Amino acid sequence: MYEIVLREDLAPVTKLLEVRAPGVASKGRAGQFVIVRIHPEGERVPLTIADYDRERGTITLVFQEVGKTTMHMGTMQPGDCFASVTGPLGRPTEIESYGTVLCVGGGVGIAPIYPIARDLRAAGNTVISIIGARNKELLFWEDKMRTVSDELIVCTDDGSYARKALVTIPMKELLESGRSIDQIWAIGPAIMMKFCALTTRPFGVPTIVSLNSIMVDGTGMCGACRVEVGGQTRFVCVDGPEFDGHQVDWDQLLARQRIYPEQEKLAIEKWKSEHQLCG
Amino acid sequence: MSEPTQPLPKHERMQIPRQGMPTQDAQARARNFNEVALGYPEETAMLEAGRCLQCKRPKCIEGCPVNVNIPAFIGYLREGDLPGAVHSLKGDNNLPAICGRVCPQETQCEVLCVVGKKHEPVAIGRLERYVADWDLAHPSPPPAVTPSAQQGRVAVIGSGPAGLTCAGDLARFGHQVTIFESLHAPGGVLIYGIPEFRLPKQIVHAEVNYVRSLGVEVRLDTVIGKTYTLNELLNEQGYDAVFLGTGAGLPMFMHIPGENYNGVYSANEFLTRVNLMKAYLFPDWDTPVKIGRRVAVVGAGNVAMDASRCSLRLGAEEVHIVYRRSRDEVPARAEEVHHAEEEGIIFDFLTNPIEIYGDDKGWVRGMRCIRMELGEPDASGRRRPVPISGSEFDMEVDIVVMALGTQPNPLVFSDSGGLERTRHGTVVADETTGKTTKDWVWAGGDIVTGAATVISAMGAGKRAAADIDRFLRGETAPVVAEGQAATAAG
Repeated sequence: MYEIVLREDLAPVTKLLEVRAPGVASKGRAGQFVIVRIHPEGERVPLTIADYDRERGTITLVFQEVGKTTMHMGTMQPGDCFASVTGPLGRPTEIESYGTVLCVGGGVGIAPIYPIARDLRAAGNTVISIIGARNKELLFWEDKMRTVSDELIVCTDDGSYARKALVTIPMKELLESGRSIDQIWAIGPAIMMKFCALTTRPFGVPTIVSLNSIMVDGTGMCGACRVEVGGQTRFVCVDGPEFDGHQVDWDQLLARQRIYPEQEKLAIEKWKSEHQLCG
Repeated sequence: MSEPTQPLPKHERMQIPRQGMPTQDAQARARNFNEVALGYPEETAMLEAGRCLQCKRPKCIEGCPVNVNIPAFIGYLREGDLPGAVHSLKGDNNLPAICGRVCPQETQCEVLCVVGKKHEPVAIGRLERYVADWDLAHPSPPPAVTPSAQQGRVAVIGSGPAGLTCAGDLARFGHQVTIFESLHAPGGVLIYGIPEFRLPKQIVHAEVNYVRSLGVEVRLDTVIGKTYTLNELLNEQGYDAVFLGTGAGLPMFMHIPGENYNGVYSANEFLTRVNLMKAYLFPDWDTPVKIGRRVAVVGAGNVAMDASRCSLRLGAEEVHIVYRRSRDEVPARAEEVHHAEEEGIIFDFLTNPIEIYGDDKGWVRGMRCIRMELGEPDASGRRRPVPISGSEFDMEVDIVVMALGTQPNPLVFSDSGGLERTRHGTVVADETTGKTTKDWVWAGGDIVTGAATVISAMGAGKRAAADIDRFLRGETAPVVAEGQAATAAG
């Protein structure tokens, strides 16, 4: 029912799937996510909506192959179907006219930052974007980001492409340069978002992050995704996924992302042995 | 087909003892997820059916929230007419195999049974299960449904007991019904909450399929409030009426320090992982659950019993129920408590956690608890538990499950203007009709009452279906009568 209509390999371990899900496509907005289940015995995995096509009734999902489910997804082809796609879930990004905004995407976080930058620009903001990845191979959507940004800074951790820097370096430079930046979005791995928030805190610029917690239902029912924000327990699925990065208890979030490492390892080993993959 | 039992004189009927339910051995079952109660064999069912007095003025029916004509189906059963018993039972109850397993009969139909005045009451629930299971083993074509002359389109939100019952009845009245379910499998709490060993999921699937066979469409993966809103269903999608049966799905926590350590679960999450996502079959199924060595389940309702018994089956060495009141106040069904104790669950009464402590990696190491004593009665009429100062002690555990109750999920209320709610987050609805304060919207089950039983939700679904039918046939207005809301709220 939820048919894959397009597949693109953005990087060796980063894949894009465009999936037919008319209900989600008709409503989805930047910042929201879906819960997918790829087969009847599958787990429920949250993935941010990287784009949507209301006419075609499709949504675009970008993911990195890090666990059993995403590895399996990485083998799926157009014509294959997901067992379920539920959403759009979570609160959409608050798109307003802020003035000048900074959109930072790290690694696979470039995908969700794209529709946010696009919509912020359409709302009249001056959009400065920074995208970064560990190396050249892992970088994607530079062209797409350029079309929705007034300025785009590209960097890689190892310097294999563009500027050699972590995304926090050009962030800090921009803030120190005295340019007025009214609001910042930073999306990527939790550890990157933590350091982005630490970078901007001294400058007092509101910094929105999109948290990627473990979830089950995605509708507020289980509480697996809970994390303290500003000293209060919040559910990422219904209260977020976007929060004020200066208020997030990052260490708690990072700990809560590591509840099932042994099980993840076991599931990956089983998957690989069943699919004769090496490494 | 069973042989009819010989009619017995009343005094001889009274001599037959209530027939026990065969169960899996406690030691064995504590380590597997197979059903605990095995069901009556035929002779036992016939013997038990023979105990019913077929009262001219039966009391038992009044105790049933859906008013099953109990003497009628037992009457057919003891005549050996199983198809007749099925027809009679399913005429009143769309989900008998479920009710026969999870209803608290001891406080409903059976407590009013006339035989019970002098002897043990007739085991109505066990007979209901026997008849319903016979039906599942001998499937018959679904009853023919004639479209109503004033056919309406009804959206039922939630596929739990309230929604399934409401949808089934409306379909039988000849209306077009669509159920919207947010999860990927229908059944609501029957699927995600109640464990396999108490309610096999095959039974839930079969009962849902029966409701589908009546013509009800079930749309999964659809979150009302997100994918579509309540007002969109009414104004854009052309539904004539909406029934809200989304239950009470939001977990509660204690708001004590340390509740976000890894290894602390809400009962909802723990049970959803185990039941809906089949974590007990990991890694054949993808979803994992953390298996504790020493587990504490906080709370003593049916959900707490389910969570503790699941923990044991997953392989925990020691499982404690930690409850701030005493044994007398335990809200779980007596049978569930009995089964839990048989299986080795340890009950720590008059004990309340005040803090959860953990290690430097963010994992639970234990709970600091305080002993309680019972004081004066509180608002619930039960004696209030009061901490005994200086009685703090530490309990070493590696998994904590919070089973403190649930409240309605507010997601469904986005874009639902006019729908009045109480300060507890429940929907205000008329008790006899389910009508809410919003035109064209009815509600029933836990979303109105707060967490209650499967059967009371079914009763509410049934009453709302009758009222929605009256409205669709043009007999009543789709708006709440003045003053009704106030009555319902009071």
